[in-house]
Amino acid sequence: MNPERSFYEYLESFSENQSPIDFVLIYDNLGRFFDGALVTLQLTFLALLVGGLIAVPLAIARAYRKPFLSPAIRVYTYVFCGTPLLVQVYLFYFGLGQFTTVQESFLWDPILSNPWWCVIIAFTLNTAAYTTEFLRGAIEATPHGEVEAAKACGMSPFTRMRLVILPNAFRRALPAYSNEVIFTLHGSVIASTVTLQDLLGVGRWLNGRYYLAYEGFLTAMMFYMAIVFLITFAFKMAEKRFLGHLRPRETSVPGTANIAARVARLDHHSQNLR
Amino acid sequence: MDVIFEYRQILIQGTLVTISLAVLSLALSIVLGLIGAFAKLSPTRGIRRMGNVYTLFVRSVPDLVLMMLIFFGGQTLLSQIGGLTGLWDYIEINQFVAGVLTLGFIFGAYMSETFRGAILAIPQGQIEAARAVGMSPGQVFRIVTWPQMVRFALPSFTNNWLVLVKSTALVSVIGLHDLVWNAFSAGRSTHQLFSFMIAVMGVYLVITGLSDLLLRMVDRKYAVGVRRA
Repeated sequence: MNPERSFYEYLESFSENQSPIDFVLIYDNLGRFFDGALVTLQLTFLALLVGGLIAVPLAIARAYRKPFLSPAIRVYTYVFCGTPLLVQVYLFYFGLGQFTTVQESFLWDPILSNPWWCVIIAFTLNTAAYTTEFLRGAIEATPHGEVEAAKACGMSPFTRMRLVILPNAFRRALPAYSNEVIFTLHGSVIASTVTLQDLLGVGRWLNGRYYLAYEGFLTAMMFYMAIVFLITFAFKMAEKRFLGHLRPRETSVPGTANIAARVARLDHHSQNLR
Repeated sequence: MDVIFEYRQILIQGTLVTISLAVLSLALSIVLGLIGAFAKLSPTRGIRRMGNVYTLFVRSVPDLVLMMLIFFGGQTLLSQIGGLTGLWDYIEINQFVAGVLTLGFIFGAYMSETFRGAILAIPQGQIEAARAVGMSPGQVFRIVTWPQMVRFALPSFTNNWLVLVKSTALVSVIGLHDLVWNAFSAGRSTHQLFSFMIAVMGVYLVITGLSDLLLRMVDRKYAVGVRRA
């Protein structure tokens, strides 16, 4: 007997007789969901990559209060952090068509009339704005002694930035960055509102096609949860690797005994693992 | 610009919907956040675990997915329950209710993290002292815990509120006639979507700017007697 077949049959009878959710339909369309997951991941990581690259010089300019440049960047981050991502996506995808000069420009046909590009542009500018601000905070938090020591060793400003300030700022920004990655992933669902077939887009398509209420959304939800757990796990590992020196060894604040005990147990556990 | 002035009525209406949605969701999220925070700090293992599952779940599912699930799925679920029990036959969840429920549920999780941190920041000795002078648990909360909790929670609370205001834009996707929806339909019919979207961004910036100001005033009130570095 083919086990694959029997699993399918089991799913069929279970869906028909017991469950309010049609698992057969989900199983049949699983491939589409994987395609959707690929679109979601592609959008998220491309936006994060390009946005991160833009954010580094902007954060440096902000942290060192470069005249004219720093206030201008502040206006940009204020606008993009203070307005909904949905509106930003609409602005690029629907809004730019208002101007005939844009419609007639060489960029219109390949890029600005394409939802994928508009979404990528909006996501990138959005995540770059957020990243700039917390990276600025991390750079400003550099202990002065580190900079002095680097100067005393005769490092040039560029070397100082490259070897001392930025690596430590990245470390300090790591927990905030894990939030930013998850927020960008969560924000990427907006792509489905401008016709892209990301994970939520596939879920909406499935529900619309078969006139369903839960299946598509629940499946998309499971996929998102799995992705977030993987990201969280990856950052946990990264924090352990790069922020190991900051991990609490022992907590003795009275009243947090419960948490202290848990941390201690975790600590013990992780030491055992090593 | 003229066009936006012409359509000011529906933009103002939309803004009012957005604001009332945000305020109601905030109220719900504060209630859920307090429950969640005390659940996470509960001495009982099971309750603590439930609190943690709540925040973990919300952190891992995008808001729009949850909103659609509640709006479309919840409707069907309620109708099915009604059909099985025979208590009601068809129930319609409107977009506003679905929006409030979803946003309240989501931000309740973020609020419970905020409140949990704030409660932990209060020295345990103060609570013990309050108990020792004979205060009831309710009095301890009202007189000792709450005023300091607000102080510690305020920065993160402000942040949650600003994110919440921006998240209200998503209800336009399930068809609630909020600011974004109204501006979008106006922009579509006049072929001036860019101007209308810029106007929407302006309104959001005004809302966030004003609430920043307001919360800074609250902060000053609750920071009375604290020396700032």
